[in-house]
Amino acid sequence: MSKEMPKTPLLDQLESGPWPSFVSGLKRLAQSEDKQYAGMMKDLLGQLERSYETRKGYWKGGTVGVKGYGAGVIPRFSEISGEYPESAEFHTLRVMPPAGMHYTTDLLRKMCDIWETHGSGLIALHGQSGDIMFQGIRTENVQAAFDALNKLGFDLGGAGAGVRTSVSCVGAARCEQSCYDEAKAMRSMVNAFLDDMHRPSLPYKFKFKFSGCANDCTNATQRADFAVIGTWKDDMQVDQDEVKTYIGKMGRKWCIDQVITMCPTNALSLNDDDTLEVDNKSCVRCMHCINVMTKALKPGKERGLCLLLGGKRTLKIGDLMGTVIVPFMKMETDEDYEQLVELAKNIVDFFAENALEHERTGEMIERIGIANFVEALGLKLDPNMITHPRTNSYVRTDGWEEEVAKWKAQRAEARPVAAE
Amino acid sequence: MTVAVEEHKTVECGVPDPFPFMHPLLKKNYGQWAWHDRPRPGVLHHVANNGDEVWTVRAGTQRQMDVYTIRALCDIADRYAEGHVRFTVRSNVEFMVSSYDKVDPLIDALEEAGYPVGGTGNSVSMISHTQGWLHCDIPGTDASGVVKALMDELYEEFKNEEMPNRVKITTSCCQINCGGQGDIAINVQHTKPPKINHDLVANVCERPAVVARCPVAAIRPALVNGKPSLEVDEKKCVCCGACYPPCPPMQINDPVHTKIAIWVGGKHSSTRSKPTFHKLVAAGIPNNAPRWPEAAGIVKQILYAYKENAKPWERMGEWIERIGWARFFELTGLPFTKYHLDTWRGGRASLNASAQLRF
Repeated sequence: MSKEMPKTPLLDQLESGPWPSFVSGLKRLAQSEDKQYAGMMKDLLGQLERSYETRKGYWKGGTVGVKGYGAGVIPRFSEISGEYPESAEFHTLRVMPPAGMHYTTDLLRKMCDIWETHGSGLIALHGQSGDIMFQGIRTENVQAAFDALNKLGFDLGGAGAGVRTSVSCVGAARCEQSCYDEAKAMRSMVNAFLDDMHRPSLPYKFKFKFSGCANDCTNATQRADFAVIGTWKDDMQVDQDEVKTYIGKMGRKWCIDQVITMCPTNALSLNDDDTLEVDNKSCVRCMHCINVMTKALKPGKERGLCLLLGGKRTLKIGDLMGTVIVPFMKMETDEDYEQLVELAKNIVDFFAENALEHERTGEMIERIGIANFVEALGLKLDPNMITHPRTNSYVRTDGWEEEVAKWKAQRAEARPVAAE
Repeated sequence: MTVAVEEHKTVECGVPDPFPFMHPLLKKNYGQWAWHDRPRPGVLHHVANNGDEVWTVRAGTQRQMDVYTIRALCDIADRYAEGHVRFTVRSNVEFMVSSYDKVDPLIDALEEAGYPVGGTGNSVSMISHTQGWLHCDIPGTDASGVVKALMDELYEEFKNEEMPNRVKITTSCCQINCGGQGDIAINVQHTKPPKINHDLVANVCERPAVVARCPVAAIRPALVNGKPSLEVDEKKCVCCGACYPPCPPMQINDPVHTKIAIWVGGKHSSTRSKPTFHKLVAAGIPNNAPRWPEAAGIVKQILYAYKENAKPWERMGEWIERIGWARFFELTGLPFTKYHLDTWRGGRASLNASAQLRF
């Protein structure tokens, strides 16, 4: 005889309303009497209903993994398994999706079949770090589920104090605003750190994220220790005929109010003949005008990326945005991508050696000072790193002449290229 | 006779190549797109340099999906689209088609099956969420339930593009804030220090690590009833809950005192203004499962004040920056309290060091 469905009067209230209901999904799984997970999902629903009643969570962590890996499985053991024995173990497998989260239906169906055989039938697409989260599996089935996914070409993502799963925007696959090959950069980078992902031994987590332009669709600036954001160096591309078409259709006031005056650095001006004048030296590549006039305006042709380091949320010293450490890297050849990976390796090595336990990259930089960090990594100083120079006079400047010489040498090195 | 079962040898294959799974038009025109527009809410139209066109239909999902839901989406993709889907970072599903004729039947099929089409442009997109009671080991509230309850209320705003600019809402079930920054963030805010089970601390917690974790140095080692444990200076404690993950006997979650707070004006993009963190505007909101009506009410108050008053393209934070916080509190009817003054390190930067005033 099949186990009874638990009474879930509170969760039932989340089945009404127009938005798709996760509760209805949980119930479909719990009522799949011919499937091995029906009992597990009945107990899961029972425990979740209990949480809704008591406003308490009932999961605790532990140690569950697959052979050779120290991360990627999130262990969950129920604290009230006496009452809900079949969901006593309800672990998650974090699995890295194809870059850009592209799927064929065939692939998704295969993943569903695997999870139906070994797990609970519940899959989150996707977690906050960008993992496919296969949620709900007993310890004894974890290895078999992973083996099946691995045979399909998939690998576990990160957890704990290691390199985490990354995410890249849709980018070059479907966006004219893409400034580099996001998927290639993401795969080159993350796949160079699989050891630090699968066998975590860093001071704390380390996250990469990849956005193709300053719109930052992957939320890299604040959510990644290492944010890679597309930009360009030459002049923005303007199709003046299309500008005129926009103004003809939308009006001059529209263009002034929604494009010209919204430029953060007053780099735009509308000419008397309804063409657009761009002061490219003042443009900060913010993307606003390009977002509004998508058919007329585009990033320039000399595209690449900038790197912002140290983003994170409050714990422990307060919120930190990533800040610029490299304002521009051109991204054309394989060597350019190798150089990016090389720099990332140096930074992660420095983090591994210098951060305190449970200290994020941004906190480490705050503690040791950005000047020391830039010097240690051999990064080129650039005024794009700052909003403004220091306002505080408490600094020892007896190395001034030496630093000026370095700056001049750096400029001299850059100039021949600029003069070509 | 025994048959040897061949053991699978793990291949550390890393992030998979997306090209085998990518829609053929996206693969063909990779890096070769010319421009895009949005023919209607929920639909994107991209044109390549060679004239190829692709239409994308975006629909909302519940993120935590049962295999039946995923297969239903696959059936729609096979029948009405071209067998390929992708997901956005906010758990919307996207279907790509090579002809505009396929757009309407695809939208009808999705709506018929209960998946709202929208989430593009100046809409309220899907709320980014975390794990909550369903799977987290330290949650102060649920995630999927809060999101479902709110998206029911904001359904029309998802399906239409009637906001001044895009609105990104996030939720987080503890103050670690895994949901991230948002135009509006709905986050757990604890209001009482942890309750310590002294019988368990010595066996469960690495005490020096817990002491080190506290951002205000309020935790110290102590002998309680003859057992090594930890004690909290309750006057210093900021009730952040940072000690709870490394030391579960320091229970921070409480059915009454774990509250919800609402924050506004977070923004990741560098578009127009630089990225900003969200700011606290309301706290002390009850953690009222299963539909969190008080939190939903405040979110709507803020959202509709923004919708009515912001100029086109202003994000939530940019709008407030223009009108000022005095006007924000007036327009939303929210009370301004001493808790809005930032007293943390660096907080002085948030004070008005000028004679610029608004009345």
